[in-house]
Amino acid sequence: MLMRGSQIVMECLLEQGVDTVFGYPGGTILNIYDEFELHGYNQKIRHYLTAHEQGASHAADGYARATGKVGVCFATSGPGATNLVTGIATAYYDSSPVVFITCNVSENLIGKDSFQEVDITGITMPITKCNFLVKDVNELADVIREAFAIARSGRPGPVLVDIAKNVTAIEGEYEYLPLAEHPNHGRLATLLRRSNRDLKNPEPNREDIHKLLELIAQSQRPMVLVGGGVIRSKGAVPEFRKFMERLDAPVGSTIMGGGACPGNHPLFTGMVGMHGSHASNMATAECDLLIAIGCRFSDRVATDPPSFAKNAKIVHIDIDRAEIDKNVQTYHHIIGDARRVLELLNEELPQHDYAAWKAQVFARKELPLKKDNILHAHEILETISDLTDGDAIIATDVGQHQMWSCQYYHFSRPGQLLTSGGFGTMGFGLGAAMGAKVGCPDKVVVHCTGDGCFRMNCHELATVEHYNIPVITVIFDNRTLGMVRQWQNLIYNKRFSQTTLDRGPDFVKLAEAYGLRGFRAKNQAEFEDAFRQALAAGCGCVIDCAIDIDAMVHPMVNGGTPVTDFLLH
Amino acid sequence: MLTVIKRHTLSVLVENTAGVLSQVSRLFSRKGYNIESLAVGTTDDPAVSRITIEVLCGEQQISQIINQLRKQFSVYSVRLLPPEQSIRRELVLIKVKAESREVRNEVIQIANIFRASIIDVSTQSLTLAIIGQESKDDALEKLLAEFGILELVRTGMVALERGEATIRNNSGNKVRDEFDLGKNIL
Repeated sequence: MLMRGSQIVMECLLEQGVDTVFGYPGGTILNIYDEFELHGYNQKIRHYLTAHEQGASHAADGYARATGKVGVCFATSGPGATNLVTGIATAYYDSSPVVFITCNVSENLIGKDSFQEVDITGITMPITKCNFLVKDVNELADVIREAFAIARSGRPGPVLVDIAKNVTAIEGEYEYLPLAEHPNHGRLATLLRRSNRDLKNPEPNREDIHKLLELIAQSQRPMVLVGGGVIRSKGAVPEFRKFMERLDAPVGSTIMGGGACPGNHPLFTGMVGMHGSHASNMATAECDLLIAIGCRFSDRVATDPPSFAKNAKIVHIDIDRAEIDKNVQTYHHIIGDARRVLELLNEELPQHDYAAWKAQVFARKELPLKKDNILHAHEILETISDLTDGDAIIATDVGQHQMWSCQYYHFSRPGQLLTSGGFGTMGFGLGAAMGAKVGCPDKVVVHCTGDGCFRMNCHELATVEHYNIPVITVIFDNRTLGMVRQWQNLIYNKRFSQTTLDRGPDFVKLAEAYGLRGFRAKNQAEFEDAFRQALAAGCGCVIDCAIDIDAMVHPMVNGGTPVTDFLLH
Repeated sequence: MLTVIKRHTLSVLVENTAGVLSQVSRLFSRKGYNIESLAVGTTDDPAVSRITIEVLCGEQQISQIINQLRKQFSVYSVRLLPPEQSIRRELVLIKVKAESREVRNEVIQIANIFRASIIDVSTQSLTLAIIGQESKDDALEKLLAEFGILELVRTGMVALERGEATIRNNSGNKVRDEFDLGKNIL
């Protein structure tokens, strides 16, 4: 049947089961926004108007990470679209499935440097799995279907659909197509036919699986490194836990792998890499077999690739063949979806026992945690964990508080830790926390942030207030850009260039100005009291926690040096 | 580790749509490699284009670029053509200054020796077309330089493998199948 392009967009979202969209309107995307009122789509799709497009992009990303569904974000042309760029890159680096829908100027104005015109498909080419510019209304439905299929399949990631304004205004042919039928029609069918594929993840190679089983049988000191691939792969976490328990090997994690192995599990050694634990980092150097699942050996994990796991045969399991041998040279690899590879391994893997090896690894202890009359990061995180039974979703920004959150909060399920691991986006957390709370209203969502990061996107408190999204923001307030100061402290001879944040605002008053509740905490008892009140408040809350300006993240390895060379213990 | 810089010839089958060429070329520019030669055209299937790219870089770098190319969903097939088993050709058009009969005759003689064809003549100039590889083209260019080259244009190398091997008939190859699997979109 004939309908306006803007309505086709809405119908296509409904085909995908989308009920939540984050975004910000503007001149060129008016027709799409008009549909919420004109044809009553606001009854079926809840739109969250953020304070800034970047907040919308992070919210859609956080929604996707927390729920496992595809996030959707709208923005207008020009500055609206470019404001999404950081959010798109954040989603791309962490393989988060988000469909971004922007509108461009009308076709007759494209390429004329028109008002609010920008080549957003050109700009986002390196940070999307793929993107589209739609200039024909009859292709619109097809493109949106393809965009969703691409975003959620294989290694997930963001896709951008840019629609010329005139396409949203004119009528085109649209027929409802159930989701299951999408691969058999239109562009998606052509793409699949040409690639000789269907939408299912193909089977991993059995010989590759058997070779790994043989390597395990020969190994005396195996170790597992788990990454975000196990979090993104649906149903992989139970298989992973079965695998690691049968293998009985120490399990280290990348930041994106947080939640794959329960943080308090006796096999868990903690993070590997720049801020990895002693147990993790030393074990990577001492193991004779490193089984890396769904990670990409980034420079924050393999800080010095040639020496990384230098006594081990590295076996890399990943869905993306382009990751194999990209950063470290591997001995063997298995290509496939983590869940399926682990299932096949579990079918044949016998129960192992590496008591002596484990004893060697876990003999290494971290520095004892400080307990005195001032507030410490670990006390904040322990309190959050205790008061939420370790069940809260933690969204972080980037820096010291991010590392502390990963070290001291014990994540126990996928989607529980939302953090910008790959791109390191300051200002990610509040948007992501809002998206997560919208997607998982039954969970407590805590936004852990620093005073520097929080300033970057704190205007989203307006969104928190308006939609009454009760996220609890916990500011690790050290009056400095802590992580940069840590580097300056250790490497730049204490020259604290442009990192001291001896300035406003008063975060408690700021929260109150937005109509939310603000608290201040200077020690653990005060924090516990504030957090209890925040949990009971039923509205957005901000807790400003005063911590020491020179508190550091322990341990630390300098970039470019082996993970066993600790700069700080 | 010493990197040996070599000329590599890549053949890439891509979806024939807007933006594909920049998707492909940005993978080279991102790593800072200048494309030495580039030729693009449709294939026997009008929905599919073939891009032939020549680039100077090390072995490690070229395999990284191939990996990233294979990952693009609009790329159907990538082949690194082995130099000893491939035929490479490019077309060069050269406009030479030829204001007298003597010069014209001399240029025509040179053209005949190189099996270049004369495709345009005027009282002031001659335009030659030659198909070949660098060595032959360069030799001709050097000889004609003496008369004064007014303009020179190259199509960029195109290349095919010798014998019955084609860019399509290498499925069943494990590496390629793995890439299709991790193609990342599907």
